[in-house]
Amino acid sequence: MSKASSTVVGLDIGTSKICAVAGQVNEVGGLNIIGVGQAKSRGVRKGEIVDATLTAEDVRNAIVEAEQMADVEIRSVYLGVSGGHIRGFNNRGFHPVVSSDREIMEDDVQDVVKNAKAINLPSENRVVHVVRQHFLVDGQDGILNPVGMFGARVEVDIHVIHGNFNRLQNPIRVVKSLQVEVDDIVFTGLASSLALLSNQQKELGALVIDMGSGTTEYVVYSDGIVKHTGVLAVGGDHVSNDLAYGLKVPLARAEQLKLEFGAAIVDPSIKGQTIPLTNDVGPPEKSVNLEHLRRIMHLRLEEIFQLIARELEPAGLLNYMRCGTFLCGGGARIPEINSLAEKVFGLPASLGKTNSISGLKSALDQPEFAAGIGLAKFGSFEHKKRAEEHGSFAQGLKSTFSHFFRRGAKA
Amino acid sequence: MSSVPAKKLSIKVIGIGSAGANAIAHMAQSDLREMTFLAMHTSGRVLANCATQDKLLLGLKLMRGLGTGGDPDLGKAAAEEDILKLKKSCEGQDLVFIVAGLGGGTATGVAPVLARIAKEAGALVLAIVTLPFEFEGVRRQRQAQLGLQRLRAAADGVICLPHQKLTKLIDENTSLIETFNIANDLLGEGVRGIWQMLTRHGLINVDFTDLCSVLRGRHAESSFATAQAQGESRARDVVEKLLASPLLEGGMLTEADAVLVSLVGGPDLTMADVNRVMEQINRQAENAQVIMGAAVADEFQGRLSVTLVASRRSPAVSETPRQEGPGTLDDASAPGGSARDFDNHFLDIDATHRPASRFLPPPPALTPERTKQLLAGQPTSGARNRKSSRWHQSQLPLEIVSKGRFEKSEPTVHHGENLDVPTYIRRGIALN
Repeated sequence: MSKASSTVVGLDIGTSKICAVAGQVNEVGGLNIIGVGQAKSRGVRKGEIVDATLTAEDVRNAIVEAEQMADVEIRSVYLGVSGGHIRGFNNRGFHPVVSSDREIMEDDVQDVVKNAKAINLPSENRVVHVVRQHFLVDGQDGILNPVGMFGARVEVDIHVIHGNFNRLQNPIRVVKSLQVEVDDIVFTGLASSLALLSNQQKELGALVIDMGSGTTEYVVYSDGIVKHTGVLAVGGDHVSNDLAYGLKVPLARAEQLKLEFGAAIVDPSIKGQTIPLTNDVGPPEKSVNLEHLRRIMHLRLEEIFQLIARELEPAGLLNYMRCGTFLCGGGARIPEINSLAEKVFGLPASLGKTNSISGLKSALDQPEFAAGIGLAKFGSFEHKKRAEEHGSFAQGLKSTFSHFFRRGAKA
Repeated sequence: MSSVPAKKLSIKVIGIGSAGANAIAHMAQSDLREMTFLAMHTSGRVLANCATQDKLLLGLKLMRGLGTGGDPDLGKAAAEEDILKLKKSCEGQDLVFIVAGLGGGTATGVAPVLARIAKEAGALVLAIVTLPFEFEGVRRQRQAQLGLQRLRAAADGVICLPHQKLTKLIDENTSLIETFNIANDLLGEGVRGIWQMLTRHGLINVDFTDLCSVLRGRHAESSFATAQAQGESRARDVVEKLLASPLLEGGMLTEADAVLVSLVGGPDLTMADVNRVMEQINRQAENAQVIMGAAVADEFQGRLSVTLVASRRSPAVSETPRQEGPGTLDDASAPGGSARDFDNHFLDIDATHRPASRFLPPPPALTPERTKQLLAGQPTSGARNRKSSRWHQSQLPLEIVSKGRFEKSEPTVHHGENLDVPTYIRRGIALN
């Protein structure tokens, strides 16, 4: 396989930065990151593009940087999408088994999945992902592959992620305007979870929270499958905005204060402490109360977690996440955010690590890159699938022969 | 009543104040049994003496059932206190008659509020009110005028019956009781006439929609007259009687822009009779849109009864001088002006003058000519247009939380909360 065709690129258009991750799929299907490019994002609010021209420029910068670093030409990307319009829900499809001996065939499985996908969405919405969960045969739960089993009725649970068609089109149009193809769009939260979680963690159950500037995405895995996804159009920008409003400082200064002095927990020891606001000219003219700063931040972050917890509670999902919470995105850098998450969810919380990737390790082990890396990883899966399909005829022939040979050898 | 319309109209007659309660008690005893009657008063004692079945005591908290003592503001306050009860009493009605004697506290204060509520409840509101006798004093006259102005703004139609005109109908020896009985009869006539017009199945039908088209939305000043005659020349006599009616005095008919005429005759009603009556009325009201109906009833053998509702569009509000202070006395539009101030001084943002205080000054004095003119129901200005009678809650210029960075983006609303507003503000946590 040529080098160009084995390159997969993930592009995450975020609210504060745009990140392009170039990876290479090796022979065994693993992903090797070879380049990362990033640029400050200026035309995005709450995960959605508000200025296409600026965004196009920023995307170009990020892609060019990744190209230079990886020394490849980027022709197509896997594009991450997010925004408050994206929703996830579970649906179940039914199918009666018609064959005389009640054996479930491949056709039955395809039919039941097709039935499950027949969802009544608002006309302006489009499905982003359909993730297959478990099959049920005659009410028996937790079946991964029912082909070859016997039963009268087969059901399947799927998780559907959908969003507003026009708003999904916007980032695609921006990327296409740069003469870069979009291989597929991927929900950013799902991509982050791909980057952070190992199969074992998915099996045990985990909650991934990707807290960006504009949006907070969350994905719940349990029993190895996606149980729940969601987006809150609230993020780090809101924290800055709250600070700017509450401390009566300009937004840029609030942003700076958040990075320098912010924390997710109000520590009793900081009571009464103040931070002098330095000035380029002359002595500091003003100071802000550190406790106020922390309290404003704490309330906002706590609320975000509480909203997620409230979303997950009805399905009882919090009891199934034995691996706890994994945080990524820029929000994961806030000091003590994991103890806040532990408090709200009652689960162990930790910073997500992009373990399952090889490559530029030190550069990549940062929470902000989780989505980009996950997108590249999603691309590598697709790449592998496509390669299999592509080579199916030749390979199929080959495998049949080898099968025979081996058989013959055995015999 | 020989045939009832397929959809039965629900009509409610509400008497407000002592005069109103007496009048509807009087009506309830007569043949107007198809309607529901309701008496409203602020005084428990008057209500207890009232013969009607349904009664509503207003302002129990405010006045403890002792009446307003002639203060319309108290009446208004009482009505607004019991606004839910009023609303309930008006629900599901097609037509609400408000019968009241203006000039006192209860009727003058409550009637406009009730009219507004009834109208908001979807009913056509017709107010039939009396104005006090001249001997009752200037203050009562003024209050009555003010109440009338407000009522005109709120109701679909106001039929006004100045008591003073009754003196022309009665001779000098009539007792006081009889005089008031006549007044009550006239009010009852008004209600009955309109009700008959609506419910009697006619050859040429006048129905509810016709009445609506004459009255609704015009904030019209309406006048009402009914006359009966019998004998050979009944057609001529009835028109004569009608035109001689004190209630149509002062060019009410000639200046009307919509006239509803309903004739009821016996089976012997001839085309010539109808023609004669209508010719006369048409000649009188040349600029009006005339809607006519004719009905035949057996009991009217040899008789002819004509009911007429004349309605005139109120002059536009722009004629009212805006800058005029509430105390300006020289102009006839003063009562209108003060009524405007009373109702609108919260709302009239661009008015150049600022209202002196929330206290409502007593209605200004009127010249005798002007009083007469008003009594005849033709003020040159003052009635307010429809728009201003509606209550608009204007937005207060409070400082709202700026959304800062999210000013231009779609608000993030989650379970009814706008998440763009800082959490600590939404939760009301003070930063000391």
